[in-house]
Amino acid sequence: MDLLTTQALSISFGDNRAVDGVDFSVKQGEVLALIGSNGAGKTTLVNLISGLMPPDSGHIIFEDRNVTRQSSYERIKAGIARSFQIVNLFDQLSCADNVALSIFSREGKTLNLAALASRDRAVWEEAHDVLRRFGLDRTAMILAGAISHGERKLLDVAVAYALRPKLLFLDEPTSGVSTREKAPIMDIVSSIVRSGGITVVIIEHDMDIVFRYSERIVVMHQGSILADGTPDEIRQNDAVTTTLIGAHPSREPAFRSAGDAGG
Amino acid sequence: MLLVVAPFVIDPFQILTLTYGLIAAIGALGFNLLLGYTGLLSFGHSAFFGAGAYTVAFLVKYLKVASMELFLAGSVLVSAILSLLFGYVCVRYTRIFFGILTLALSQVLWSLAFKLFWVTGGTDGLRVPTPTILGAAAIDDKMEFLAHRYYYYVLAAFAICVLLMWVIVHSPFGKALQAIRDNETRAEFIGIRIRRYRLIAFVISGIFTGVAGALWAPLNGLVSPEVLVWTFSGEIVFMTVLGGFRTFVGPIVGAVAFTYLKTYAVGFTVYWQLLLGTVLVVLVLALPTGIMGTVNLVAGKMKTPS
Repeated sequence: MDLLTTQALSISFGDNRAVDGVDFSVKQGEVLALIGSNGAGKTTLVNLISGLMPPDSGHIIFEDRNVTRQSSYERIKAGIARSFQIVNLFDQLSCADNVALSIFSREGKTLNLAALASRDRAVWEEAHDVLRRFGLDRTAMILAGAISHGERKLLDVAVAYALRPKLLFLDEPTSGVSTREKAPIMDIVSSIVRSGGITVVIIEHDMDIVFRYSERIVVMHQGSILADGTPDEIRQNDAVTTTLIGAHPSREPAFRSAGDAGG
Repeated sequence: MLLVVAPFVIDPFQILTLTYGLIAAIGALGFNLLLGYTGLLSFGHSAFFGAGAYTVAFLVKYLKVASMELFLAGSVLVSAILSLLFGYVCVRYTRIFFGILTLALSQVLWSLAFKLFWVTGGTDGLRVPTPTILGAAAIDDKMEFLAHRYYYYVLAAFAICVLLMWVIVHSPFGKALQAIRDNETRAEFIGIRIRRYRLIAFVISGIFTGVAGALWAPLNGLVSPEVLVWTFSGEIVFMTVLGGFRTFVGPIVGAVAFTYLKTYAVGFTVYWQLLLGTVLVVLVLALPTGIMGTVNLVAGKMKTPS
């Protein structure tokens, strides 16, 4: 069953058709990777779906409801959450506060100004539990602006995860992280979202990561969908190989090694 | 504790200065909910202080009210309505646009107080006699009244305001404001409706500053357009930055310190603005995180080696 579909979704910035008539769908429970070279329209597509900007035309259907004209707030309440490519955290608040805010918001408690936040034991226990699962328990009381980049990438995902979304977009969860740190981060993220039954769309450049962690791959190129299939199908797709590998010769070794790890 | 015994230890003039300081602290506390916790720099908080003060003056002149409690209730109501109106316009913007809008709106209020002299008394202002406190009539000796009873009244109001504000900034709502301050986009994407929260913060901030204005009116005895002029908004900004807007107690310390500095500068020379300005520039350059920021920094450094 499709959790989300887009119909002929389009947006242009001047002459640049950033997302051009995209029919995109995400099935309930799957881990989908959205790939493509820089400027292919991946992040713009996620921005449209999450409500950061309105599309020029087309529709977004989430759980059989048309959410195209809904505000980002309504979409979040409906169960669409996202993390950000460039880490977006509350830097002057502790890591525990960062996660707790998502929980307060999810439970509609953020308008409460007559009680101390620290007294809400259920929220703090859950916040610490989330941090523990992301391997961030050590940082709970440290300001989010003061932890390492890899930890910040994880916290960014944890903040979105704590909203308990049905559909979670992860925009390059390992960007700017060293190659050695990438796999541990993805292991944590993928085991948590799978155990939580969350449907996930990952935008990722690293082909190793893409082939190892996703069940389906959608390839974007110049604002349109170029290919859509299982990792094996995508690996053997000539059009994808020409556009992606052609554009990035350096990716070839990664592609091959991904083949070994991908099975 | 020191504040409670103060009237028995120091002379009445000092007590009056301290009372002014505590009142300014209530205003600064309200102002800092916007600057320190929501990340919005208002240059128009004189509007709410003035609204509180003029509400008292109007209640005296037109409704013959003398009860301090009614003064406070009226000021809360008026400053809430005013800040809701101003806030509705201003919170659509941030940064310099927000600052300029608050400045412009407060200037409108100032010009009204200035021009509608048949209502407001113009530059002559309106007199405010000593009020009744908790139903008890004012005593004859005005100085005695202000330095004792009224001081304790202000001190109690100050304590209540500090407690209320402390709860607000540590509530889930307060955390949400800090989230908006740190990262507007992300706050929106965890389901916080930014404008609504900013507006609520704006109104709370306006009410606190309005209460300060209401407490100030009987102490000063005269309400004139001076409390609405933009330089007074600047003073509120300054006392908050001086104390340190990143800490909860910063604005309180800054307001009291600023009040003493200003009082002594005025007494010392006719060029008091020059003296005050110089002192403040030096202080800000020497203590960029404000008095409390520096205190915390030093305390932190002393703790680390052990």
